[in-house]
Amino acid sequence: MFDLSSVTSWLDEWLNGVMPSWLATTTECVLVAVFLLLAYSVLAMIYIMYERWVCGWIQCRRGPLRVGPAGSLQIFADVFKILTKEIITLWSTDKFLFFLAPFLVVTASVLTFACLPWGKGFQIIDFNIGVFFIIAVSSIGVLGILLAGWSSNSKYTLIGAMRSGAQMISYELSVGISILTVVCLAGTMSITGLVEAQSDCWFLFKGHLPAVIAFIIYIIAANAENNRGPFDLPEAEHELTAGYHTEYSGIHYGLFYLAEYLNLFVVSGIASLLFLGGWMPLHIPGLDGFNAVMDFIPGTLWFLGKAFFMTFIFMWIRWSFPRVRIDQMLALEWRYLMPIGLVNLVVMAIVVTQNWYFGAN
Amino acid sequence: MADLKEQIGKLCAAATFDAEGEFLLVEVPDAQWHALAVALKSELHFDQLIALVGVDWGETLGVIYYMTNTATGDIIHVKVVAADRQQPRLHSVSDVWAVANYQEREAYDFFGIVFVGHPDMRRFFLRNDWVGHPLRKDYDASPEKNPIRLDDEVREDYTCSWVEDENGQVVKRVGKVFADDEYVINVGPQHPSTHGVMRYRVSLDGEIVRKVDVVSGYIHRGIEKMCESLTWPQTLLYTERMDYMAAHINRHCLCLCIEKALGLEVPRRAELIRLMMDELMRLSSHLLSYGCLTMDQGATTAFFYGFRDRELIYDIFDRTCGARMSMSYSTIGGVVADVHPDFVADVRHACDVIEKNMKEYHQLFTGNVIARNRMIGVGMLSKEQAIDYCITGPSGRASGVHCDVRKTHPYSLYDEFDFDEVVRTEGDSMARYMVRMDEMLQSIKILRQACDKLEQEGLQGEFCAKVPKMIKLPAGHWYQQVEASRGAFGVYIESDGDPKPFQKPYRMHFQSPCFNLIGVVDLTCRDNMIADLITITASIDFVIPDIDR
Repeated sequence: MFDLSSVTSWLDEWLNGVMPSWLATTTECVLVAVFLLLAYSVLAMIYIMYERWVCGWIQCRRGPLRVGPAGSLQIFADVFKILTKEIITLWSTDKFLFFLAPFLVVTASVLTFACLPWGKGFQIIDFNIGVFFIIAVSSIGVLGILLAGWSSNSKYTLIGAMRSGAQMISYELSVGISILTVVCLAGTMSITGLVEAQSDCWFLFKGHLPAVIAFIIYIIAANAENNRGPFDLPEAEHELTAGYHTEYSGIHYGLFYLAEYLNLFVVSGIASLLFLGGWMPLHIPGLDGFNAVMDFIPGTLWFLGKAFFMTFIFMWIRWSFPRVRIDQMLALEWRYLMPIGLVNLVVMAIVVTQNWYFGAN
Repeated sequence: MADLKEQIGKLCAAATFDAEGEFLLVEVPDAQWHALAVALKSELHFDQLIALVGVDWGETLGVIYYMTNTATGDIIHVKVVAADRQQPRLHSVSDVWAVANYQEREAYDFFGIVFVGHPDMRRFFLRNDWVGHPLRKDYDASPEKNPIRLDDEVREDYTCSWVEDENGQVVKRVGKVFADDEYVINVGPQHPSTHGVMRYRVSLDGEIVRKVDVVSGYIHRGIEKMCESLTWPQTLLYTERMDYMAAHINRHCLCLCIEKALGLEVPRRAELIRLMMDELMRLSSHLLSYGCLTMDQGATTAFFYGFRDRELIYDIFDRTCGARMSMSYSTIGGVVADVHPDFVADVRHACDVIEKNMKEYHQLFTGNVIARNRMIGVGMLSKEQAIDYCITGPSGRASGVHCDVRKTHPYSLYDEFDFDEVVRTEGDSMARYMVRMDEMLQSIKILRQACDKLEQEGLQGEFCAKVPKMIKLPAGHWYQQVEASRGAFGVYIESDGDPKPFQKPYRMHFQSPCFNLIGVVDLTCRDNMIADLITITASIDFVIPDIDR
């Protein structure tokens, strides 16, 4: 399989050859940042369109139709609209925190986004604790949301922020536990290592029952972590008008929006890396011809395809389910998901130690 | 009726009777009124106050109370006159019938009648700095008196009540609606889930709702006042602007009431068309209610499904009436034009499609575990409370009250049709939702029978009776109820028998079902969560223009 690290290491050597090493490192950082932010914003736009089309399809509507061919330019119109809107500053807000909050939310989502490998060697840095880093930086987002709700000095945003705090902190546990279950099966925390371990069989199939349970828990918890329906209580439109970002306007509101969609990509990406083999093609043992055809499809496409498929599931859930209530949401986590996840982790540990998983030697 | 007269005579010696009209009229002096009200409820089981109509008779002011015995269906009305026009005072019966609480506030707002013993004597619709009481005949409507005010209401938090002290003197006591340390948030007037311009002030304890104060009147148009300056046929127009989801039904009601007063006979075919329009309207209203209820709980897709099917019904209205929202179709004596030639075929098609899609609605929403958890056991309303607060329509039937006017006091041709009154006993939000869903099937059943009948009568034919050019009602008052989409809709009309051309109503009162429905918002939402407040108000299902007439 093509390894992008050959290209990047060649670039690294060349840069070090023509300029001092500090300058080479700086240039690389700038290049990475430019590519990252470019990918970030382009993906966000694709995702917003994707959601609008999927939601239109589910609701028996046509979706965006007028701007550009089949409505494909609608998103540019939306982005320009939101960029040119006035940023309304309120009187009684805590100005510094009010402006800081959307950037914190975006920072958290960019950091997690930066950890995702898009293909073999197609990632910024391969930590040996990559998964751990993702869990750690994704928690910064809740701080931004809490600050947004608090600094707006409005009763609606405060309720939304408090709900959000309770929800995201609770569901982070379940996300962590289900990721830990997979780490237990793989025996490594490095994301590249995790994906490489799935070259013969994806973890979802390799770990059979405990992996499937972990996958379901991950889907539910990631939905909640992302504040998406049926867990969109922090911004519950019909109760709190817009929850924690009620008082934001213009691009500040746009940043929350952006982060929400990118987080959707991030959780879908993590699901595809951990359970669906990341950039690994689909291999069915015994069907060599089929496997060879699958190998022709580039890894990046596999990764994106899997992420988009996971996103479709998230959207399907969002547009079908009503919203849960705050006490039901907490009960679901603390009474069901977390105990089941913990038991599942123990089961997975037994499965691993006894070599009961598929492909065990 | 003679029987009732005797029994009431025993309860109150000072009562005088008039059995001439459609219902028995009892007239009592204010001093005996409260005692009689208690006795009427406890001994003669007149347990539901269906309408409270304030009237200004020129020399005197007073109130007419319509009440019913929910077991037998008997209706009587009691007239109580305030002694002093300058300082009109009546005894409050809000402790006897809970529904009188808001009704008396409305009468105070428009007539300035102070109800002694009422716990919360604030204006209901108008601002507390409004000058005068608009429905009085001597009201000064000049704009200088009440300019458009751009400032906030002052002393909004204060309430007052008039009580009799031990010497029999009436004294005013001032109180506050919320305590100073309560966390009060405004839900509305601009809020996605109040279904219009409605405002609740909600006292919260964390996520728990402790008290709801309803602030209404943001879109009050003074329809009753406007009707007093229009001729009888012109007043029909306003009925469709109240509950726009029951436009045909409300208009049908006023037509029936005026026809009753005129003694006019409506052709059977016209009545059949009106009935079909009513049922189509009910179907469309319940579809909307399904859509709104699901959307308020976050299931946006179900909302679109509900709206998709309403289009079929609106297309039928469009083809026959030429309009989709305010159809202006019924008129005194019948309907304004004959139905479209494809009317029956369209109705049959719509019935088939909606019946088929109902299964999808149930699959998508009713069976959903989140939806069930959100609705079952939330917003309980017992049968006694429903009667006491005069909750009618689907919300009343969900609490086990047999209150379908089509069955209790059949009007139009409903007694010829085979359909069931959908009644459930749980009294929670789920029951209210399910009553609507089941009622849609009953409406389809009625519509199919009506299609057969209309085919027998002829697809084209007579649609309006011969009506005099000038409509003049004899002196008197009439009351007519119909089953609107959200409950019993009542019309009270009073004519002074003015012989001049272009006779105008002396007093016209619309007893809207939604006005009573908001009366239970506080009761049902207390100690539930914010999310439940939205579920409950959506399941009670009111339309704001119907409250703010």
